[in-house]
Amino acid sequence: MFNSYTETTLEYNEKLCNNCGMCSTVCPHGVFTQNGKKAELVNELACMECGACQLNCPTGAITVESGVGCAYAMMWSALTGKKEVTCGCSDEESSGCCAPTTSQVFQLGNDK
Amino acid sequence: MGCKDTGKVCSCETNDGVSKCGCDSEEKSGSCSDVSDAPVKTTSSKITYTNRLDHLLTRLGYKRNKHRVESGLYALGSPDNESPVFVSANYTLSFDALRSSLSGTDAYILVLDTKGINVWCAAGKGTFGTDELVHRIEATGLKNVVSQRTLIVPQLGATGVSAHQVRKRSGFRVEYGPVRASDLPEYMKTRKATPEMRRVNFTLRDRLTLIPVELIVVPIPLIIVAVIISLTGGFMTAAALVTAIMAGLVLFPILLPWIPTKDFSTKGFIIGALSALPFALWAFNTAQDSPLLLRSGSALGYMLAMPPITAFFSLNFTGSTTFTSVTGVRKEIYTHVPTMARMLGAALILILVLAIIRYSGGM
Repeated sequence: MFNSYTETTLEYNEKLCNNCGMCSTVCPHGVFTQNGKKAELVNELACMECGACQLNCPTGAITVESGVGCAYAMMWSALTGKKEVTCGCSDEESSGCCAPTTSQVFQLGNDK
Repeated sequence: MGCKDTGKVCSCETNDGVSKCGCDSEEKSGSCSDVSDAPVKTTSSKITYTNRLDHLLTRLGYKRNKHRVESGLYALGSPDNESPVFVSANYTLSFDALRSSLSGTDAYILVLDTKGINVWCAAGKGTFGTDELVHRIEATGLKNVVSQRTLIVPQLGATGVSAHQVRKRSGFRVEYGPVRASDLPEYMKTRKATPEMRRVNFTLRDRLTLIPVELIVVPIPLIIVAVIISLTGGFMTAAALVTAIMAGLVLFPILLPWIPTKDFSTKGFIIGALSALPFALWAFNTAQDSPLLLRSGSALGYMLAMPPITAFFSLNFTGSTTFTSVTGVRKEIYTHVPTMARMLGAALILILVLAIIRYSGGM
């Protein structure tokens, strides 16, 4: 009720880890540390699901459902059933920040 | 080569099975910055008054996506072929933070086309990403400019850049520098970041910086609505609406770490209720001659209407923070938005009923 931040989609498969250290380098919240022979998941709930560790893990030991977490976009997509757009979006069609919305993807198809 | 030559306004490209599409209005006019075989541009560490004015306008939200520098390769100082290469976004605040931090350093700066978006946001969307980085390395002929093969990429770029993929595709090793450009001088001494340099913060100063941009989005519709309410319902109702929104957009970001509870929505309900209290007391204590039921009713109206408005804007601030997760925000939406809607609905019905009672002279 007062704390919705008790779950994360972050999953770490220690068996696949080659101890390269990238996850603890890229994480902005110190979720992983490098101490022994494997990366250690030490602060799971600090994960903001940015996806940097997954993208930079060369052995695929980490998975996370990443996203920007724009509440407007999530509510809008929940109401309309459209795909979520990412951060700081305006309704302006050519807004550089927006991921292609459904209408833009449609336009892309028409242009070809 | 301008974009007119390629005849494309929008483009889709597929790399490693990931398809990326982009559309840019600027490309329509043929003034796009995607120039291949471009000579190395020069820059300096000096921040001019023009730069400062640009930073101010950016912070005020003026033409948000238009504060761009040309993408490509820049020489800072007098770099040679062994000089370090720093990667940045084509957003003036990102580029200027980098070059001003590198005062006295001879280096190259490789500016990616992120459509005028900062490194972290662009990385989240993928425009500051592996594809664009590999493309920009090729387009600028970086391999012929430097003989060393290391790129220093801001740590927050890691959300879009895959270091091992970049190495495989371009031959360049990605080295993640500190989160903040201001830590670069210290970082460059040892090429090792301290744990502090790797952490993202969200200080009072960071939060204050965000307030003007948040405010810019609201004013005009808000002023219109407030004026209409003032003319029809009453000045206090309009003032309550403005207060509830301002509590969410100004008070909330400032007080964020000190308001109890973890959820942004419940924090917002608390701030909203505190902001509503003076209005409720006012409604209860004025017009002493009108019946107690009417006075309590309008006091209750403020207490029901204002908190959900503040809570809604507070919830939306999750998108501006540096720490909330998608999973958590989604859970917050499903937990609290229905409550906000119910409270606001109940308030509107109550206000309507009170108005009918007043005008019909029932009490």
